Amino acid sequence: MRLAFDEMHGGEVRGGSGEAAPVRSAYETLRRWLDETPSAFFDTRRSQAELFFRKIGITFAVYGDNESSERLIPFDIIPRVLMKSEWSVLERGLKQRVTALNAFLADIYGPQECIKAGIVPADLVLRNPHYRLEMKDVKIPHGIYVHIAGIDMVRVDENEFFVLEDNARTPSGVSYMLENREVMMRLFPELFTNHRVAPVENYPDSLLSTLQSVAPEATEHDPVVALLTPGRYNSAFYEHSFLADKLGVELVEASDLFVRDDVVYMRTTRGAKRVDVLYRRIDDDYLDPLVFRPDSALGVPGLMAAYRAGNVTLANAVGTGIADDKAVYTYMPDIVRFFTGEEALLKNVPTWRCREADSLSYVVDNLSELVVKEVNGSGGYGMLVGPHASKREIEDFARKLKHNPDNFIAQPTLSLSTCPTFVASGVAPRHVDLRPFVLTGADEVRIVPGGLTRVALKEGSLVVNSSQGGGTKDTWVLDA
Amino acid sequence: MLSRTADSLYWLSRYIERADFVARILDATTRLVSLPQSYTGERNEWECAVATAGDLDMFRRHYSGANEETVRDFLAFNPANPSSIRNCIEVARDNARAVRTAFTTEMWEALNGAWLELKSFDNAMSREEFARFLDWVKRVVLAFDGAAYRTMLRNDAFWFTRLGSAIERADNTARILDVKYHLLLPETEWVGGTLDYFQWTTILREVSALTAYHWVYRDGVKPWLVADLLILNPQMPRSLANCYEILARHLALIASSYEQDGEGQSIASAMLERLSKTKIERIFDDGLHEFVTEFIADNNRLGSVIAEQYLS
Repeated sequence: MRLAFDEMHGGEVRGGSGEAAPVRSAYETLRRWLDETPSAFFDTRRSQAELFFRKIGITFAVYGDNESSERLIPFDIIPRVLMKSEWSVLERGLKQRVTALNAFLADIYGPQECIKAGIVPADLVLRNPHYRLEMKDVKIPHGIYVHIAGIDMVRVDENEFFVLEDNARTPSGVSYMLENREVMMRLFPELFTNHRVAPVENYPDSLLSTLQSVAPEATEHDPVVALLTPGRYNSAFYEHSFLADKLGVELVEASDLFVRDDVVYMRTTRGAKRVDVLYRRIDDDYLDPLVFRPDSALGVPGLMAAYRAGNVTLANAVGTGIADDKAVYTYMPDIVRFFTGEEALLKNVPTWRCREADSLSYVVDNLSELVVKEVNGSGGYGMLVGPHASKREIEDFARKLKHNPDNFIAQPTLSLSTCPTFVASGVAPRHVDLRPFVLTGADEVRIVPGGLTRVALKEGSLVVNSSQGGGTKDTWVLDA
Repeated sequence: MLSRTADSLYWLSRYIERADFVARILDATTRLVSLPQSYTGERNEWECAVATAGDLDMFRRHYSGANEETVRDFLAFNPANPSSIRNCIEVARDNARAVRTAFTTEMWEALNGAWLELKSFDNAMSREEFARFLDWVKRVVLAFDGAAYRTMLRNDAFWFTRLGSAIERADNTARILDVKYHLLLPETEWVGGTLDYFQWTTILREVSALTAYHWVYRDGVKPWLVADLLILNPQMPRSLANCYEILARHLALIASSYEQDGEGQSIASAMLERLSKTKIERIFDDGLHEFVTEFIADNNRLGSVIAEQYLS
């Protein structure tokens, strides 16, 4: 495994800040600031940042429960910096990819041309647990499926970014992107004087415009938008209430909604009020007990009937989970080419589909160097990290793999780029990823510059998940 | 506004008001029982406190007798008693979590701070410590009410909090009258002595109106004037008349903002009209006990009507 690309110094550096290492232009001013500022100043600011998050956390998210300290995701005050020129490439690629994802979903729930043309195997789509037969040939408002996408990207080189994962169901984390910027602007106003950082604070406005634009075509009044949350015991409830506040829309639970004559209403103090667009942050399974899980207390009986009748927009649409699927992911370059007529601007991580005999034999022979994932798995379950596995584990896994190869894909162990990060010993490089948020409305595709940068705070770790010691950083896109 | 949000605002205000009331009952009772018995008679004041601030049947299911220890435990700490101070604060906070968007940071901090601090209290307290605890409860309520009054937008969210606290307060005042009505006699039948004098001042203390009484009536404590103050005097914040002034006013604000009148508005203004036209002599003539019983029923009915009209 090669050494990581460091976003401050370029090339490949070993730990520590290194003497006289060259600095990439994006980080020049920041580097000087880090060098010239007394460390006591940073200590104060770091504790102020923690206090800020704890306060809004305690006030809004976790309410001073015992778990509050666990739920506070660590924030690193050194921003992750991208130049506008780098971002523009990503931005174009993201628009292309999400446009293709939407076309793909419209196709598999419609004419299925991509299956007929042999672009994607039929069984992979039709027998996929995330394929919702209930959605076949349903006309949804404006034909848009994924209104809000979070595309996870990793960088491996000066010019090389890969898409690691498409999140097309209910991607979260955007509140961290917004709060991170908020705290940075409060704590380091001088940094924003020295850098021309593209703003992100217009995200809620963009989201609202997006949601309003996709209201059912027949809507004659100003569309009423509401955010549907599973409730305050959900781990992302803070984000739900934060966004509802910023959007100025009602934060509803299923019990606040009812359906009459295929129209969705919320119960208000003024009586029933029609809802046109539901930004739903609950999974398909829990939307409507009449159609999905009958045991769910979360759902709204009749919601799917209203949806099928075209009387309400669900954002994202039902059935988008198939676009998150790791096996479908491997076909993304072909999907982009088929639906846009262009080569994909954003690359996939090279991936072997174990369902194909050649790939399977390669994977079996090289297990010790590969990462093997279950196609429907998430959160790292059922995964083999070859370089860290024992001989025994590899042998066991090989048996599992040969028994059901369709269920697995394999990728090389990637070396995620690093960014300077405050750690106990001072400033050191730590691995990062990036989740930009892509909004697709009936009028346009909107992306605020940057996204959420997650950082693996443990030395050498590639796992950026907050549940496993990951933190976040503010992400800057510099205007030249 | 979502009905669920209005419901939470309404109920959290009721529970905050109730916590204050229970604290005041406990405070006044502790004071009354510390007087020598020749001044207070042989009644069990602890049992009276439970009847006023809780549910006597439920109390009897949990404890074998009413005394300082058991009543303190029941009214202040017992989680099985929905009206215990602990439960009031917990339920209020739980409702507050559900209405975050309609809530100001200051209100949340007052309530959440109280909830966190509440964990450090239990019934193993001396009388002096318990008095400090009751003081703390009253300060929590003042801080919360102050935060609400100073920081909330004057819209339906605020009005629903006012409805909650006024209807609870009316119920609380009526409960005192219901338990102590036999002490409040019309002028013509006054046979009171020192024994009753301390009972009357206790009633005034329960509603923190002893000073107000002297200021308003410039007279010694007379039972019919105590009744007048608690029922009909619109200057007295806890009087039934003032509670209905608040209820009628805020229901009218809601109706005009929603451009729709309903049954709640009619009931509240009819009750207000009645209270403002009645004289205390008339109430005594018809029977104070009957009046209070009917009032409690009417007040509950207004609560159900508000719930039906707006909160569900």
